[in-house]
Amino acid sequence: MTGLVRRVIGFVALPVVLFGVWWVTSADSVAVYFPPLSKIMTAFKETWLGPRLREDVLPSVLRLLGGYALALLLGILLGLLIGSSRRTRSLLEPGLEFFRAIPPPVLIPGIVLLAGIDNTMKVLVILFGCIWPVLLNTVEGVRATDDVLGDTCRTYRVGGFMRLRVFVLRSASPQIVTGARQALSIAIILMVISEMFYSSGGLGNRVVRYQREFAIPEMWSGVLMLGLLGVTLSLAFWLVERRIMYWYHGLRAAERNVV
Amino acid sequence: MLDLRGLRKVYDSHGRQVEALADITFGVDAGELVCVVGPSGCGKTTLLRIIGGLIAPTAGEVRVQGTPVTGPPDGLAVVFQDYSRSLFPWMRVAENVELPLKAKGMPRGRRRELVGQALHAVGLGDAQSAWPWQLSGGMQQRVAIARAVAFQPRVLLMDEPFAAVDAQTRAELEDLIRSVWQILGVTLLFVTHDIDEAVYLGQRVIVLSASPTVVAEDLVIDLPQTRDQLSTRADPRFLELRGRVYSRIQQAKRVRAGERTSV
Repeated sequence: MTGLVRRVIGFVALPVVLFGVWWVTSADSVAVYFPPLSKIMTAFKETWLGPRLREDVLPSVLRLLGGYALALLLGILLGLLIGSSRRTRSLLEPGLEFFRAIPPPVLIPGIVLLAGIDNTMKVLVILFGCIWPVLLNTVEGVRATDDVLGDTCRTYRVGGFMRLRVFVLRSASPQIVTGARQALSIAIILMVISEMFYSSGGLGNRVVRYQREFAIPEMWSGVLMLGLLGVTLSLAFWLVERRIMYWYHGLRAAERNVV
Repeated sequence: MLDLRGLRKVYDSHGRQVEALADITFGVDAGELVCVVGPSGCGKTTLLRIIGGLIAPTAGEVRVQGTPVTGPPDGLAVVFQDYSRSLFPWMRVAENVELPLKAKGMPRGRRRELVGQALHAVGLGDAQSAWPWQLSGGMQQRVAIARAVAFQPRVLLMDEPFAAVDAQTRAELEDLIRSVWQILGVTLLFVTHDIDEAVYLGQRVIVLSASPTVVAEDLVIDLPQTRDQLSTRADPRFLELRGRVYSRIQQAKRVRAGERTSV
C-alpha cells in the first residue's frame, strides 16, 4: 500500500510543483496573451465543465476512440496477414513505407472531397495516421516468432486459427503494444488537427476559435483540457497494458535476474 | 515402430554444401528406450527433427508404425533441448500442458484429468498456476515432459533435454524419464551427447560417427532393468559399456581428423 502511495506521489509531484510555479508567477500578470492561471482556471470551469463537455469534448473523444479502435483492428489483422508470409511481406513493405511517410494532415483536403467534413472524415484521418505504427509493428512481431515455439506448435498439431490466437498473436503482442502506444499519441494529435479544418465543433476547433475571438484564457484552458485528456488516455492504456502484458514484464524481470 | 532407412541430409548454406547426415539406418521396436549418442556437431538434432517430421531428409525415409513421415506424425511428441523456448511464457504451467489436448479437441473434463496426472507424475502437482518463467530450468523441463506425457504419445523423442540443467537435477530427471517410460509403455528415442547418460538410460545405444554421419555402432545395454544412480553407475558392466561407447566415439573422431589432414 505504501508503495502505491509513493508511486502516486511520485507521479503527481512534478505537475503539482509546475502548476504552483505557474500560479504564483502569473498571479499579477497583465500581459493579454499570458493571463493569470487563476483566470484560466475560472475559464476552464466555465468553459469545459458545462455543456461544452457534451457538445465538444465528448464528440472529439468518441471520434478519437473510433478511429483508434479501427486502426488497432485493421492494423493487427493486416499485420498478421502480411507478417505470416515472407512473399507478401517483401511485396508490400516498400508500399507500406511510402504510405507511412505521408503526413496524415496533408490528406485532409483529399479525404474531405471523398468523405465530406463530418465525423467520417475525422475518423478516417485518425485511422490513416494511427494504422501504420500498429501495422508495421505487428508485421515485425509476427516475423520474429520463436522457431522452437513454432516447432512445438507443429509437433503438437496446434494449427489454423488456434495457432494464430495462442501463438502468433501472443508472441507479437509486445511489439503490437509498442505500436499501439505510438498510435495513441498520434490519434490525439490528429483528432485536434482534423477539427481545425472545416469543422464546426470539437476540442481542436474550439481552441482555434477562442484564439481568433481573443478569448485568451479560454484558449489556454482548451490546451489544459487536451493535456488532461492525453494523460487520462495514457493512464488507461497503462492499466490495460499492465493487465494483458503481465507475463511479458514477469519474463523480462526473470531474465534480468538470471543475467 | 520406428524405421529409419538410408537417411541423408545435405544443407545448402550460402552455396556451400554441408553433408550433415550421410547414411543413417536403424530401427526401434515398440516400447523400446533407445539412446542416440554422438560427438557434438554430428547432426543429432537434425536427425531428430527429420524423425519428428519437422524437416525433410535429402534422401531416405522414416516410417512411424509403417507410415512414411511427411509432416509431424500422429501420436509423436517431442521434448526440445531449449525448454525456455518451448514453453509458452504467456500461459501458466497447466495451460501449457493442456494446449496440445485442446488442439486434439478433447473435452474439458478429460483434459483437466490428464493435465493433473501428468504434472503429478513429474512432481509438479502444486505448480499448476505458476508461470514457466517463475520456475527453475529443471522444473521448466519437467513441465515440457509433463506436456509430452499428457499428450499420450506412442513415440516420444527427446533432444538433449538435460543439456542445460545442473548435474543433480540431471540425475533426478534421468530417473524420472525411466519411470515415465515404464509407466507409459512409450517408444522413446533419447538423443544426448553425454555417454554416461546414454548408457544409464538406454536399452540400446546407437553411436553416431562425426559428420558426415553414419551409425558407428548399435550396442545392446544388458544392464538390469531397474537402474539406480549409485549402483548402476558403479556396476563393472556399466563401466565396460561406457568405455566401449567412449572409444567408439574417439575412433570416429580420429577417422574424421585423419581424413581432414590427408586432404
